[in-house]
Amino acid sequence: MTKEPFNEMRDGGGAVRDLYRGVQDWLDRTPADVMALKREETELLYRKSGITFAVYGEDGGTERIIPFDVIPRLISAREWELISRGLNQRVKALNMFLCDVYGEQRALDEGIIDPSLVLLNDAYEPQMQGLRVPGGVYTHIAGIDLVRVGPDEFYVLEDNVRTPSGVSYMLENREMVMRLFPDLFRSYAVRPVDHYPEELLSTLVSVAPPAAQGDVTTVVLTPGRYNSAYYEHSFLADEMGVDLVEGRDLFVADNIVYMRTTQGPKRIDVIYRRIDDPYIDPLAFNPDSALGVPGIMTAYRAGNIVLANAVGAGIADDKSVYTYVPDLIRFYLSEEPILNNVPTYRCAEPDGLAFTLDNLKDLVVKEVHGSGGYGMLVGPAATKDEVSAYAERLRADPDQFIAQPTLALSTVPTFVESGVAPRHVDLRPFILVGTETKIVPGGLTRVALEEGSLVVNSSQGGGTKDTWVLNE
Amino acid sequence: MLSRTADNLFWMSRYIERAENLARLLEVGHRLSIMPASADGSEWASTLAIAGCQDAFDREYQTVGAQNVVEFIGIRNDNPYSIPSCLENARSNGRAVRVSLTTAMWQSLNSTWLELHSRRPSAESGAGILDYLDWVKDRSTQFVGATTSTMLRNDAYFFVMMGMLLERADNTARLLDVKYHLLLPEYEDVGGTLDFYQWSALLRAVTANRAYHNLYRGALQPWRIAEMLILRAEVPRSLLSCLVGLTEYLERLSDMYGERKESLRMAKALHADLAYQPAEDIFQRGLHEFLTDFIQRNDRLGRQIQRDYLD
Repeated sequence: MTKEPFNEMRDGGGAVRDLYRGVQDWLDRTPADVMALKREETELLYRKSGITFAVYGEDGGTERIIPFDVIPRLISAREWELISRGLNQRVKALNMFLCDVYGEQRALDEGIIDPSLVLLNDAYEPQMQGLRVPGGVYTHIAGIDLVRVGPDEFYVLEDNVRTPSGVSYMLENREMVMRLFPDLFRSYAVRPVDHYPEELLSTLVSVAPPAAQGDVTTVVLTPGRYNSAYYEHSFLADEMGVDLVEGRDLFVADNIVYMRTTQGPKRIDVIYRRIDDPYIDPLAFNPDSALGVPGIMTAYRAGNIVLANAVGAGIADDKSVYTYVPDLIRFYLSEEPILNNVPTYRCAEPDGLAFTLDNLKDLVVKEVHGSGGYGMLVGPAATKDEVSAYAERLRADPDQFIAQPTLALSTVPTFVESGVAPRHVDLRPFILVGTETKIVPGGLTRVALEEGSLVVNSSQGGGTKDTWVLNE
Repeated sequence: MLSRTADNLFWMSRYIERAENLARLLEVGHRLSIMPASADGSEWASTLAIAGCQDAFDREYQTVGAQNVVEFIGIRNDNPYSIPSCLENARSNGRAVRVSLTTAMWQSLNSTWLELHSRRPSAESGAGILDYLDWVKDRSTQFVGATTSTMLRNDAYFFVMMGMLLERADNTARLLDVKYHLLLPEYEDVGGTLDFYQWSALLRAVTANRAYHNLYRGALQPWRIAEMLILRAEVPRSLLSCLVGLTEYLERLSDMYGERKESLRMAKALHADLAYQPAEDIFQRGLHEFLTDFIQRNDRLGRQIQRDYLD
């Protein structure tokens, strides 16, 4: 796995690949000072429109913008065809797994996955057992993180089927590039992404509760303006033309959920919730949560409201379950996985733990329940002390960790101090599951701005790029 | 619409209006303090009284002087009555309902907040304070312009306008109340140049100096100033003008919602009392008593709107 990273722009001999020739021409003919000006302009535009995210654990100026790199990342029609088929397959299996876990539990009975791994998992939600959700849909919005290591080699790094974020950047980045570089944009036949909010709304409405009367009333539920993704919540509500509500705007009476409006209570049917399970209902889960809506779980169980994504969906993207996803695809669909997992060592198993401890210097170790790049160890980049401290945590509670080889993530040309240089990227496409499954051609490309860095998370200093899926 | 959204819209525009009013007050204070006849600093004490933060100020400062008052109201952001706090609150209310604002409104609010840091003068020198106050007024004007030219005329708009008008009525009434001794010269020594400056400063504080000459075409007469700022519907900051607007928006809201609430009745009653009241009656009854009563009723109206629609 320590081979040269795949350079998406240049081949082994350093020549520009056909796909990127237009980008190269554009870079060649745009004077450096014009480019510098345009890049300043993007920063200003993002700040002016308040497209910011909050960083936890930082004082003072907690609203930051994610660095945006203006050079688009290109994906050919052929590559996208492969990716989207693989995503369809994977999300279908994840959804079937959730139906199964909260239903018959065939995969557990037949030994495909260790039942204790599922049933004793914090992400497994006993209150969902036996509850049928409309359309059998649990993962209405999924974000699957992919990395590329070769011409046709894509790996799934991580599944996100709770409340994946980042789609607003996919849309805003496109707006930005179209505005700043219309000539470059015109020179490629780029498939549009801006219908995402429409698709999202129709997806949500398609699985409304049978009890919904007349027009389906949909809302976006946010933890509030101090949440790191608040901008995205308001952006999506705005684009869909629905209300952005907080827990205190909602109440439950006779198992029906209402929002408080200037004209009195209004019944709602579908909630695109961006609040995590433990906070959604203080009566059912964390009693200290001020973010949720007391009684909403009873309304949910009574079938009067749809929550997207479903409560308990997290069991499907748990990092310890991740390692079984290829098996689950084979089990439910009788198909070979189109997109593979990154080879992963389960520290919960003695062999996996031993291997991980012996090879910490070369591995990436993650907390099973962690997200956002917090609490992970990147072996090759860590100091001796960091490695030994992490080893102690590992030994103390091995079940909580998985390890993966440090992948040679593909690189894409990126503006850095010294000019244009290759930087490592990943890709998060968004999959919408309603009565049908839809994937808007594109996704969020995250880029590690530091030379050699493999950490693309925005909370850890990563940036984003516009992602162009081409027509042919 | 969501009650909370309406609440945020209402307070967003109240805070913008409040920031603008504070900027005008400081400007007038500054103007009077450089007049030759001014030495006792009473101007700054009344500035604090109008802004309603005399007690908070006294807890932190020993002396009432230009530097302290400008710092407290104009510059500090840890004082909830200050311009920076108002702008911050306006933006934070706006951000909470980003979806209900037009892009122009949001960008106006957000740029104001982003620029605030670089615009704010240092407390020590006070240099550039007038430029800063001009900027605050410009930003408020720009925000109102963005609002009236881009926002749909629906309930959201009505709540924005009502917040602005309630705040404005309160400010004009407080200003008059603190200065009422100027307008009732029989209680004070009359004449001298200071009175003239004070009257004209009072008009400037509500940008009505040109309007006065336009309406009355003569020398400044204190009772005319009072009449103008209370009873003339043509003057955008007069009490009557604010009540005309408030009544109109509450009417339109009631039509839209198909339900008439207590706040509409209260606004109409207050409106009628202003509209059909001769100026002489007000002066006979006592300007101070009249204004105190108005400020209380205006406040009750605000709280009733809160109960009827925003809670």
